[in-house]
Amino acid sequence: MKEEKEYIATRNACKLCNPLGACLAYKGIKGCVPLIHGSQGCSTYIRRYMISHFREPVDIASSNFTEESTIFGGRQNCHQAVGNIIKQYNPEIIAAATTCLSETIGDDIEKYLKEYKAEFPDAPDFIYANTPSYQGTHADGFHEAVAATVRSLAKRTKKNTHINLFPGMYSPADLRYLKRVMDNYKTNYVLLPDYSETLDGSSWSEYKKIPDGGTSKEAIITTADAQASIEFGAIFNKAGGSTNKNGRSKETAASYLETTFGVPALRLPWPVGVEATDLFFKTLSEVTGVEKPDEYVKERGRLIDAYADGHKYVFGKKAVIYGEEDLVLSIYRFLNEIGVDTILIASGGKSGALASEIEKLTMGEMKMPEIIDNADFEEIAARSRELKPDIMIGHSKGYYIARELNIPLVRIGFPIHDRLGGQRLLHIGYEGTNDLFEKIVNAFIEKNQESSEVGYKYM
Amino acid sequence: MATFNILEERRKQVLTKTAEGGEIACGKQSTAGSVSQRACVFCGSRVVLYPIADALHLIHGPVGCAAYTWDIRGSLSSGPQLHRLSFSTDLNEKDVVFGGEKKLYQSLIKLIETYQPKAAFVYSTCIVGVIGDDVKAVCKKVEAETGITVLPVMSEGFSGTKKDGYKAACDALEALVGTGNERRNGKYTINILGDFNLAGELWMLAGYYRKMGVDIVASITGDGRIDEIRHAHTASLNLVQCSGSMMNLAKSMKEKYGIPFKKVSYFGIEDMSEALYEVARFFESDELMEKARALVREEIGTLLPALEKYRKALKGKKAAIYVGGAFKAISLVKALRLIGVQTVVVGSQTGGPDDYALLQKLCDEGTYIVDDSNPLELSHMVQETGADIFIGGVKERPIAYKIGIGFCDHNHERKLALAGYEGMINFAEEVYASALSPVWKFIRK
Repeated sequence: MKEEKEYIATRNACKLCNPLGACLAYKGIKGCVPLIHGSQGCSTYIRRYMISHFREPVDIASSNFTEESTIFGGRQNCHQAVGNIIKQYNPEIIAAATTCLSETIGDDIEKYLKEYKAEFPDAPDFIYANTPSYQGTHADGFHEAVAATVRSLAKRTKKNTHINLFPGMYSPADLRYLKRVMDNYKTNYVLLPDYSETLDGSSWSEYKKIPDGGTSKEAIITTADAQASIEFGAIFNKAGGSTNKNGRSKETAASYLETTFGVPALRLPWPVGVEATDLFFKTLSEVTGVEKPDEYVKERGRLIDAYADGHKYVFGKKAVIYGEEDLVLSIYRFLNEIGVDTILIASGGKSGALASEIEKLTMGEMKMPEIIDNADFEEIAARSRELKPDIMIGHSKGYYIARELNIPLVRIGFPIHDRLGGQRLLHIGYEGTNDLFEKIVNAFIEKNQESSEVGYKYM
Repeated sequence: MATFNILEERRKQVLTKTAEGGEIACGKQSTAGSVSQRACVFCGSRVVLYPIADALHLIHGPVGCAAYTWDIRGSLSSGPQLHRLSFSTDLNEKDVVFGGEKKLYQSLIKLIETYQPKAAFVYSTCIVGVIGDDVKAVCKKVEAETGITVLPVMSEGFSGTKKDGYKAACDALEALVGTGNERRNGKYTINILGDFNLAGELWMLAGYYRKMGVDIVASITGDGRIDEIRHAHTASLNLVQCSGSMMNLAKSMKEKYGIPFKKVSYFGIEDMSEALYEVARFFESDELMEKARALVREEIGTLLPALEKYRKALKGKKAAIYVGGAFKAISLVKALRLIGVQTVVVGSQTGGPDDYALLQKLCDEGTYIVDDSNPLELSHMVQETGADIFIGGVKERPIAYKIGIGFCDHNHERKLALAGYEGMINFAEEVYASALSPVWKFIRK
């Protein structure tokens, strides 16, 4: 680990902070206004970052700490913020995320919110997650917030009513894909979070205080009644987690529902690539008893047909991939499937589990790629200069490295700040894999064409 | 007083211009829960010092503050690009318990060795003081060991508003000014304060002044260099744009070195021309004035006819303005008027009483004037007044687009020069291209 040796500063971070992930998850709850308990800047920076990617209004309130709140605690600011959010937005839910500042001074947000609710019983429901930015990354904050939401609201009423789906940090397009799949399976489901509309909606004739869409409170309550939960990923909030009386809990929403209400938790890899998507559909068919709809049989067929059409453009090419740990795991698996040689996997994540998860995917047969966890972009740049990749796959912030190396960057994940349409990138399912595959293939084809002396238009 | 539903704490910060005039509250800490468009103290310091291209900018704290400010300003450098790298001590849980001084020290030593900067700025973020780090002491120690000036910027996010961050940045700059002694030979020497060379704007301005025969000693901080700033006290005049951010430095340089300052703005024909005349008047030089007049004549001679197309197309359109600094808002009202656009909403994050008084004088009756606003207020005012175009930053953009009105980005990440004469054409084109786009017919009935 870095800390043991002479410390090198993080240079061009390949991660964002914990509360950003929490706010993203909260944006997927219906009628919810996120509240960041800390300084004004945290909420504004996170808003700006998310707006630049999603190109939608992203209202996040702040309790706006002052010198006084830092010394005497943020109770008054928290209560004032909650009161003003209610006056302005009249939300169904206020979802709080803590910050490095509020956690360092030991503020008890749970207590503050309970006090408010005791004084004003008509106040909306509260959710809170411990998300100090000195712990974990935005990916941890995302999963922590989902777990916190379920912990706050889930209640057993009936049983076996539906399937819970807990996605990774997906795009709105990915979430819509999951919803379509469930509809085509004619199966009841609760998808949490669901920001497919709130962060990728249509235009409005009149400004909406809170965008339509999101998982409703009623639906979240019923997550305790599910027949099973499917969660996508392997890392989740391993480097984050809430602190409670029993110490640090790193439970996910699905694992909480399993231990508390006996809802079986099924953990699947992200459905990227043929094999991982097959596994998703197989599991879904097993759980629901519904045969895989013909539509997906055909979609799978088209994907494999595309693989055949494009295989030779990518085989043996060397790729550098970077981003959240669960994202790079899924991309690595997919690249193996199409014969791309992943030479470097980098993530700002610090779960400590990335290498062992990658090792599982090599199945003892493949050479382990170079892995950097807790990475920053200057490390990625330095290694990339040495390793000389043919392509980079990741979000916008790696652009400067691809530019220096004069290789294509295929943009995926979050944030996409230098192109339109980041919110509508599809990564998952057979369809998302096809999109991804074609982008990679075409990146090579374009590179060849651009560097061709004759400028052919037929190949 | 405005009548729509505004948070009680904010009522005095929103005003409708009337014949009698009124007073607007400003300079206050943002209201908790209001969803202010402002960032924090750190943000104020960071944006001001960011363009200094040969300095190391190290952000001491957990990773977020550094991540969100990596390469975000469109501030160009003609040489080094060190300012575009983001450095963070990336404090973790262990550091919060045991302190981050060691990490800060080691980071600085290693970064200075690697990047050989002319100086280093160390930004304190929220928890640094709370966990007991003595940032100043570490800076001093590193400075003594490396011989490189290391300046602490006390910018804990909670310790005031964005404006206090400007002050903290000015404090750091103040420590630099006067530490070099090279004198420029020019007869007429100025410093440009508060232009950040977005999309190369400073280079355009510098071109105008050079044409007049005026030399620029230091630009603080657009395309900024540590050594130039060290010599800034040798100039005869400080021109201060973005007065909110740089006024503290201008005042202290006046006190310490007797350098007078003039407030200027480079947006729009009127203000740009005035910024040239102001310099000629200051030096009481007929020669300068003549050159300034010639320059303005020449520029306007080509500009005005070119603007005609836009004025015709935009006549009668209405605009909403919400920007960081009020000086920009004031210039924008005038610039918009020049192309036939009436301002119906105008506000800023950090305006002062003088700025708002001037805005009231400048605007038509019925115009909303607002300080430290939020998305709900802005969207309400924009809809109520029927604005056709919104001029703001990234956070205002979706407000405009969602309800189907044009938008012009006038924030610090922009890649289009909007200052000077050339900038006026760009601005007109940008407003025109957005306000008159045919796509709005699908949204606005």
